[in-house]
Amino acid sequence: MSDYEASENETENESMAASYHYDDDEDDLNDDELMDEFDDAPVTRDADVRRSYTVAFEVRTSEDLARVQQTEADDVGAVLGVSTEAAATLLRFFRWRKDRLLEDYYGNPDSDALLKRAEDFECPVCFDVDCPVAQLKCAHAFCTACYARYLSGRITEEGESRRIQCPDASCSVIVDEKTVETLVDPKVFEKYKALLIKSYVDDVPSLKWCPHPNCEYAVQCKVPASSLDEIVPSVKCGDGHSFCFGCSLPQDHQPCVCSLVKLWLKKCADDSETANWISANTKECEKCQSTIEKNGGCNHMTCRKCKYEFCWVCMGPWSDHGTQWYNCNRFDEKASIDARDNQAKYRAALERYLHYFNRYANHEQSAKLDKELSEKISAKMLEMQKTTEMSWIEVQFLSTAKEILLASRNTLKWTYCFAYYLTRDNTTELFENNQRDLEMAVEQLSELLEGQFEVEKMGEVKQKILDKSVYVSGRREVLLTATAADLADGRFTWSLESSQTLALLAPAGKK
Amino acid sequence: MSNIFLKRLTKELRDMQTNPPSGISVESADDNLNVWKIRLVAAEGTVYEGEVFTLQFKFGNKYPLESPEVCFLLGCVSGTPPMHPHIYSNGHICLSILYDQWSPALTVSAVCLSILSMLSSCGMKESPPDDAAYVKRAGNNPKKTTWAFHDDSV
Repeated sequence: MSDYEASENETENESMAASYHYDDDEDDLNDDELMDEFDDAPVTRDADVRRSYTVAFEVRTSEDLARVQQTEADDVGAVLGVSTEAAATLLRFFRWRKDRLLEDYYGNPDSDALLKRAEDFECPVCFDVDCPVAQLKCAHAFCTACYARYLSGRITEEGESRRIQCPDASCSVIVDEKTVETLVDPKVFEKYKALLIKSYVDDVPSLKWCPHPNCEYAVQCKVPASSLDEIVPSVKCGDGHSFCFGCSLPQDHQPCVCSLVKLWLKKCADDSETANWISANTKECEKCQSTIEKNGGCNHMTCRKCKYEFCWVCMGPWSDHGTQWYNCNRFDEKASIDARDNQAKYRAALERYLHYFNRYANHEQSAKLDKELSEKISAKMLEMQKTTEMSWIEVQFLSTAKEILLASRNTLKWTYCFAYYLTRDNTTELFENNQRDLEMAVEQLSELLEGQFEVEKMGEVKQKILDKSVYVSGRREVLLTATAADLADGRFTWSLESSQTLALLAPAGKK
Repeated sequence: MSNIFLKRLTKELRDMQTNPPSGISVESADDNLNVWKIRLVAAEGTVYEGEVFTLQFKFGNKYPLESPEVCFLLGCVSGTPPMHPHIYSNGHICLSILYDQWSPALTVSAVCLSILSMLSSCGMKESPPDDAAYVKRAGNNPKKTTWAFHDDSV
């Protein structure tokens, strides 16, 4: 027996349902019952020939239809104790869903009230009467068209899913999935389902979406938000995208903790460093406060704006210098000492920042060349297979070495962000030793990979690269393990700028 | 869509004209029914007794799925909006049902009744504490403001 024959009965029923419905609001709930009424009716059947591309259908005359409605109404009328006509009105109001009608009736067995509701129905949104109705258990009825428009609006425009309430202003009954499915069109329903899944991930703290564009994986991780200053929860989604579970940064930022990463990225992105540069390299006119950069020439300054003449060295008015042209040996007033001290401080801070930033940016730049390096390595791997006796499997060491190099560069990059915020002490010293060892190893490996391979010395080169990759990955391991242990034991101390406090550092969950 | 819009507003207007709720009357409505002006007469025994205010309703073509834009008009019969802790001097009203608590089942008359009852339950004429600051930066359309509803007592 073929599958087709096995499901024949079912298809027959469904297609009849389709032919039975004369309004376009489909509801299959009690179609089977309705169909039973037709069984003894004289109908035209096309049962003679059934092919795989045809569907079963049956033709009903209007007399048949009237008769079936009559029987239904009689039945309901008998149960509710109302006339057949009233029962018919009720059935129409409930869109011939007898089960729904009876459910409402048994909930409040007052057929008069029920009838009044059906007869007086007017959709509160469009004021249409005599239209198919939808309602939840709260019995706030609206016409299906308005209900569907309302739901579609909430879903597609507002992205709402789990908390869509009954359209009535004061009603807080939540619209269930089944109702949404019957009312809105399939595309909107699909979106609704997707939103429901999304809301689940949003609701459960141990679940997060992979932040990479168009990635549909979620990751479950039980690291609580409160331990984010002791641990860096780096995870990988099913597509191999690394990200931080704590702050959803789309890359692995070990060993630097989330709060420092946030501070660092903000510092690099906003213009706080521009301000630092201005303070370190410019002075302000004492009179009109215009910012002035000295780009050469003598110390006798004349402000372009207010024509105030002053000395660049001591910032005092030029007139005090008398005849001491181009040379300032005036006794330092307190104000000018302060101004210069401040400038020195800014300059030192800027230099310190640039030291870390340059190294950070350097590794970031290298990571961006990832694609280029990958292509180079693949080309080399192909070439090696051609020029030497090595098989595909034997040249895989290059690809492994590349992965290790990229991962280590990424780790190094974040060590600079981390180190920027560390105070100088023994723990920092140990950390910087580890950092230096890894950095040296990484540069050596990088050099090996970039270099030319001589065919004769292939065995030697391979051995070198293998050894170096193992060493690099070992150094990275050491650095990450040591840092993680020091973090967990709270041995690091942070030096933050005056405006930043430890409270700022605490992750949101801890506040 | 516009079909519902017209049908619904026509019916609402007819209902309000034939059977106006007490203290509420439609002053004018333009031919397209897009802008209505409604006169509110403050109830007796309240702090606003004897005062008359004008509300303006602007309906977007997504009405009733989207809320109308409602505010008190300046320079009309009363001259100023009522002095009330939730009504700004530019006519904007801080009332949840006009913004995120809007429901398509609400009507013009339901909104007017809510506003009247808001006036009636007010014990002292006071401007909102942030009135000056808000009026300075707010645009014309109160729906563009992000409202925070924190006080249900008046």
